[in-house]
Amino acid sequence: MSRTIELRVKRQDSPTGRSRWEEFSLPWQPNMNVVSCLMEIRKNPVLRDGRPTTPVHWEASCLEEVCGSCTMLVNGRPVQSCAVLVDALGPGPVTLEPLTKFPVIRDLQVDRSPMFDALKRVKAWIPIDGSYDLGPGPRLSRAEQEVAYAFSRCMTCGCCMEACPQYNDQSDFIGPAPIAQVRLFNSHPTGRMNAHERLDAIMGRGGLVDCGNAQACIEVCPKDIPLTEAFGELGRQATLLWLKRLFGT
Amino acid sequence: MSAPRVAVVGGGLAGLMTTIKLAEAGVAVDLFSIVPVKRSHSVCAQGGINGAVNVKGENDSPEIHFTDTCRGGDFLAHQPPVKGMCYAAPGIIYLFDRMGVTFNRTPEGLLDFRRFGGTLHHRTAFAGATTGQQLLYALDEQVRRHEAAGRVNKYEGWEFVGLARDDAGECVGLVALDLRGMKPRAFAAGAVVLATGGPGLMFGRSTNSLINSGSAAAAAYLDGADYGNGEFIQVHPTAIPGMDKLRLMSESARGEGGRVWVPRQKGEARKPRDIPEADRWYFLEEKYPKYGNLVPRDVASREIHQVCVEQGLGVGGEMVVYLDLTHVPRATLKKKLEGILEIYEKFTGEDPCEVPMRIFPAVHYSMGGLWVDYARTSDGFLDLASPRNQATNVPGLYAVGECDYQYHGANRLGANSLLSCVYAGQVTGPAVLAHLGARRHAGGRDAAALAAAEARWTARFADLAAREGPENPYRLADEMGRWMLENVTIVRHDARLRETDAKLRELIERWGRASVLDHGTWANAPLSFLNQLWNMLQLARVVTLGALARKESRGAHYKPDFPRRDDANWLKTTVASHAAEGPRFRYAPVDVSLCAPVERRYD
Repeated sequence: MSRTIELRVKRQDSPTGRSRWEEFSLPWQPNMNVVSCLMEIRKNPVLRDGRPTTPVHWEASCLEEVCGSCTMLVNGRPVQSCAVLVDALGPGPVTLEPLTKFPVIRDLQVDRSPMFDALKRVKAWIPIDGSYDLGPGPRLSRAEQEVAYAFSRCMTCGCCMEACPQYNDQSDFIGPAPIAQVRLFNSHPTGRMNAHERLDAIMGRGGLVDCGNAQACIEVCPKDIPLTEAFGELGRQATLLWLKRLFGT
Repeated sequence: MSAPRVAVVGGGLAGLMTTIKLAEAGVAVDLFSIVPVKRSHSVCAQGGINGAVNVKGENDSPEIHFTDTCRGGDFLAHQPPVKGMCYAAPGIIYLFDRMGVTFNRTPEGLLDFRRFGGTLHHRTAFAGATTGQQLLYALDEQVRRHEAAGRVNKYEGWEFVGLARDDAGECVGLVALDLRGMKPRAFAAGAVVLATGGPGLMFGRSTNSLINSGSAAAAAYLDGADYGNGEFIQVHPTAIPGMDKLRLMSESARGEGGRVWVPRQKGEARKPRDIPEADRWYFLEEKYPKYGNLVPRDVASREIHQVCVEQGLGVGGEMVVYLDLTHVPRATLKKKLEGILEIYEKFTGEDPCEVPMRIFPAVHYSMGGLWVDYARTSDGFLDLASPRNQATNVPGLYAVGECDYQYHGANRLGANSLLSCVYAGQVTGPAVLAHLGARRHAGGRDAAALAAAEARWTARFADLAAREGPENPYRLADEMGRWMLENVTIVRHDARLRETDAKLRELIERWGRASVLDHGTWANAPLSFLNQLWNMLQLARVVTLGALARKESRGAHYKPDFPRRDDANWLKTTVASHAAEGPRFRYAPVDVSLCAPVERRYD
């Protein structure tokens, strides 16, 4: 018998619909990733038992783990599904589910707009004077650039938010990803001028103090961003700002 | 009367830069994108952005950058826009530096620059090997700032489907499909700017993102916009084979010392590391001693085709060559190529610091795109006060970025794409402002045109949503991709181009029997795709028939039957316009007044 890939996909027709499981059986091909399985399904949308169905709905774009679109739970783990090779998963069926920390739009697509809204709340930008040519920016050492580069690769994919036990619908916690962006912009020589505005956004309720230090975020970050280091550094910055305001200096 | 809003479609570098320029000038912008703009295809650009900042004591200058770009494009680009771009480039890099882009640095803390193809200078600024991602994020952040201040309204998850044109033919808005509610809706706009990227999906698998269908540009073409130089499609020499896409291996790998080679022996069975130097053929270095591995992409892809297909020396008998970085210290690779080597390792399981990479050519970029105009000054730059810059032939419709045809001629140089997107965006902002200033206010006539366009698209989607039939649109797209890839890429033969057009016409006919696959009314991706596929097939004919008509070889367009460039007959822009029976072609002169065409040699 020819080799197959068995897929179990959690489906839901709309934000308010009920979820259900569907099972698919696909002919195995070399180097298949999860996205190529979903592409095969839409070319032949038929269930394992031969009944027709609709193509599975999911988000994907770059397929090289740099756009952050295709986050989902593969065998229970939040990942970029384009970067998961099926052969690298163990035996047994491959299970695909939408992230649980965001509202489902349809099937495997969720609404991650809260993450983009959070970037607004923490003012994750350098407030430049204008987009005209004003000459070079500030000089940076190689060491500073290397630290900043690690944080600049965050693609707002949501893996860390999914894994964080403190980020959920019972809590106000803003989550690891936007906090790491505060770390990035507060380290820039120009961004530092407004560091207090970003710190204000994460010093109150739902901010830094809500981190339970579970360290689950760094376990799942596809770009190995030193998220917990950001919390440590920002805790220091927040304490200094608090003391400065206390003593009025 | 309320101030006019401007609609920008597409949130990659070109669309975001246009948005910033308009928002800074106080114009309200509606920004449409099928994905959250932070996920646009600009993230995939890896190696860097060109600008003659001259930090390496090489006497580089914008003028040399300009001549390199004209020559790299085999003299098919109008030269004033190219000149404007190259002279603006250092300022553009500085702008990103001020926005906080984490560019790599020299020991003194200055911006570092590296080599790229088609030049002998260190001219490419870079942030690891994820430069496009970093530049896109910088503009995304600035647009978010404008959005927070109420100057920009984002419509993410909306797909442009067509123009709204009034009785006089002026573009007065657009129709976009809500990708959740699946209803088309018309939006009024004082001008519409398309910044919707390239059409890589037309070739099935490519280095492009899944969103790069080219459907939006094709829709504008079907609505009356001219399409320029469609036959010029860049095949990048180095990609990683994959089932779902062909992942790019950046030219920067060669800029940092990577060497391309094949075993000298046909059918070589040894592993690459066991093959001694004497048995390796570094064919680019041997044939092009001056530029070596950094010849332009069209040249490198043709050589790989020659060595693998015609001489049969490809690794494993396939169109695969080795790209070798194993002689470069691991620490250097980690700092300068971070982001791409890990992708290679993830998808192949091999560490490129230890084992030469197996790479092959893949469709990467379209030099062609919507035809756009420009206005030049007497000294050969762009007149930035003119509403003509980046304007299509449809009044009120602008195009910018990979979806325009303006900056790269017959072949784009590496690290010039990010630059052209940003520069064109900087030019489009003021051009649209000039257009708004001169525009008559039609008032009620606009409303009628918008209502008519919305009604037309509502009927169209109602029809598509009910489609049943034996054909599967995704399989039809696969078939189109296979034919286009096989016949309309590195080597082109007239007979096979004719067969490909016949196949495209057959696919268009079979499209009429395609099922929508899903009759749902919520987040129905196949419904959107069925509409896109129609547009893609029409645009594929523009590419194929444009290639058939051009009886010469120039840049990325190579025909063995016409192996030479023919300036006397073909130093011309191809302009395609839509007609019921298919594309109609005419040819327009190219402004080559600033850099005289010479034979293009890299050896």
